[in-house]
Amino acid sequence: MATMTIDKAGPTRKVKYGSMSRDRAWALRWSYFFLVIFVIFFLTPPVYMLITSLKSSAEISAATNPWWVSRPTLDNYVALLTSNQFLRFFWNSAIVSILVVSITMLIAVPAAFALSRMRFWGSTILGTGVFLTYLIPETLLFIPLFKLFVVFSDWTGIQLINRWYVLLFIYPTLTVPFCTWIMIGYFASIPKELDEAAIIDGASWFQTLTRIFIPVALPGLIAATIFAFTVSWAQFLYPLVFTTSTDQLVMPVGIITTLIKGDVFNWGQIMTGALLGAAPPLIIYAFLMDYYIAGLTAGATKG
Amino acid sequence: MADVALQPGSTAATRTAKKRSSLRNVLGRKSTIAFLMALPLILLIATLVVYPAFYALHLATLNKSMARFVGFGNFEFLFKRETFWLVVKQSCIFAITAVLFKALLGFIIAHFVHNIPAKGQRKWRGMLLVPWVIPPAMSTLAWLWLFDPSYSAFNYTLGLFGAGPIPWTGDAMWARFSVILVNIWVGAPFFMIMYLAALKSVPDQLYEAAAIDGANWWQRIWYVTLPMMRNIIAITTLFSLIVTFANFDIVRILTAGGPLDHTHIFATWAFRVGIEGSDIPLGASVSLFMVPILAVAAIFILRDIAKRGNEA
Repeated sequence: MATMTIDKAGPTRKVKYGSMSRDRAWALRWSYFFLVIFVIFFLTPPVYMLITSLKSSAEISAATNPWWVSRPTLDNYVALLTSNQFLRFFWNSAIVSILVVSITMLIAVPAAFALSRMRFWGSTILGTGVFLTYLIPETLLFIPLFKLFVVFSDWTGIQLINRWYVLLFIYPTLTVPFCTWIMIGYFASIPKELDEAAIIDGASWFQTLTRIFIPVALPGLIAATIFAFTVSWAQFLYPLVFTTSTDQLVMPVGIITTLIKGDVFNWGQIMTGALLGAAPPLIIYAFLMDYYIAGLTAGATKG
Repeated sequence: MADVALQPGSTAATRTAKKRSSLRNVLGRKSTIAFLMALPLILLIATLVVYPAFYALHLATLNKSMARFVGFGNFEFLFKRETFWLVVKQSCIFAITAVLFKALLGFIIAHFVHNIPAKGQRKWRGMLLVPWVIPPAMSTLAWLWLFDPSYSAFNYTLGLFGAGPIPWTGDAMWARFSVILVNIWVGAPFFMIMYLAALKSVPDQLYEAAAIDGANWWQRIWYVTLPMMRNIIAITTLFSLIVTFANFDIVRILTAGGPLDHTHIFATWAFRVGIEGSDIPLGASVSLFMVPILAVAAIFILRDIAKRGNEA
């Protein structure tokens, strides 16, 4: 073994020694080269959305170079932003997302506080259970949930199917477990001395939560809020199953079911709608990228 | 502490006071407050996650009109259908291929981002994460338009090089390729971010030591990077396996299961059968077939997290 390593190290080391910096310069160049290729691959669809949204229907059907706009026009934007139907989708999406974020935070933050700091019977099992529910995908539950709400309306006479507010009951099943989970992680990282000091000073548990934990764990809270908003905004399956009337639809479902009429695809408007539908998460991401990424990595790494 | 101080003075007085306000004591106890704080969460999980899950089991044993108990009748019916086995096969191919390529691509891109000077990394990372941020339903629409049979921008570009038009969503094999491609496009940035975080946590000394020992780049990846990232790789892959296996948006919008059911996966087929075909019990049975694979992945994730909890 010893002789082998010496044999190997002898010649190769000499060669490497002189070309270290040149190697590194080349590695850097190659890195940039491949990064550019990957960025092109990753940004092609959104850029193509933008290109198409600036074209008139005539230009699209003329089948000229698809990557170039010869006569840019804002007609598609004007058409959508003045259509009551589209504004309704946008409004529905906005109100659902904002309310779901509030509901999520009201449930998740106290629960995370209780689970990370105050022990009670079954709290460890509940902690694991929260994580397990986060792993349950929505595609597993949409059929029983749909049937459940149908049965519920039959029994009580309260119509929830095909009303936008039914989503306020359903979306929290997606957002609350994850938000609780990452808030547990953030709360657990706060030193015990801090809340002990607060309790000694006579603060109640509620005051400890609002005066100490929430301010200190604010980055985590922002990350959880962003997550809850993005998930509620992007959700597609549940609104597709639970809402059908055009005035009850949220953005993604609305764009897909109303702008695609039979075989007639008005691609200019569809791409404009898709871009406007993607805008709120993208804008939030552009301004709060670090929180967004913190939330993303915390979900799997905080344990 | 307070009790000890009080005891010598007035034991009897405190005892009567305790009795009088026993209800308030229970309410004021730490564990009760904690339970009340967690109660909304418990109710939510119990009524809208756990109960529906068991309700699905119940639904799966009913006939189409949900009036009669048929036991395993729905499952027997599924086993006899060719489409079901097609769906099983396609779900597995879809999930495994997509996760594999997402992990590979994420790993490679993370290395490239890690290679460049630290002050430029933020910008690149920002651009590379965009596919993950756009709602999948919206970005799949853009792909649908890129794949359009008559106006496909890809086919136009290929045409410039003399390559023939590709039936992106028309032909069974190409349609499978397309849904997997879109899934990779959406999911690879997530892997990239996770692996980048993991790469940054590997101490530089290990690489220096490896370089002094004469390790080439391949040995450095194999003996230093991969063992250090093992945990993150495992957990990210399992997460992604669950999400990909249960995917709905991409297949639904891009092909809606076509051509001839050749891209259906469990979720889209369950939707087709259960909601569109209004055979709720059969749809519930189809989606229940996701449970075994999801359960295995979940068990491994939990084990991993428990292990890490013990290490810390």
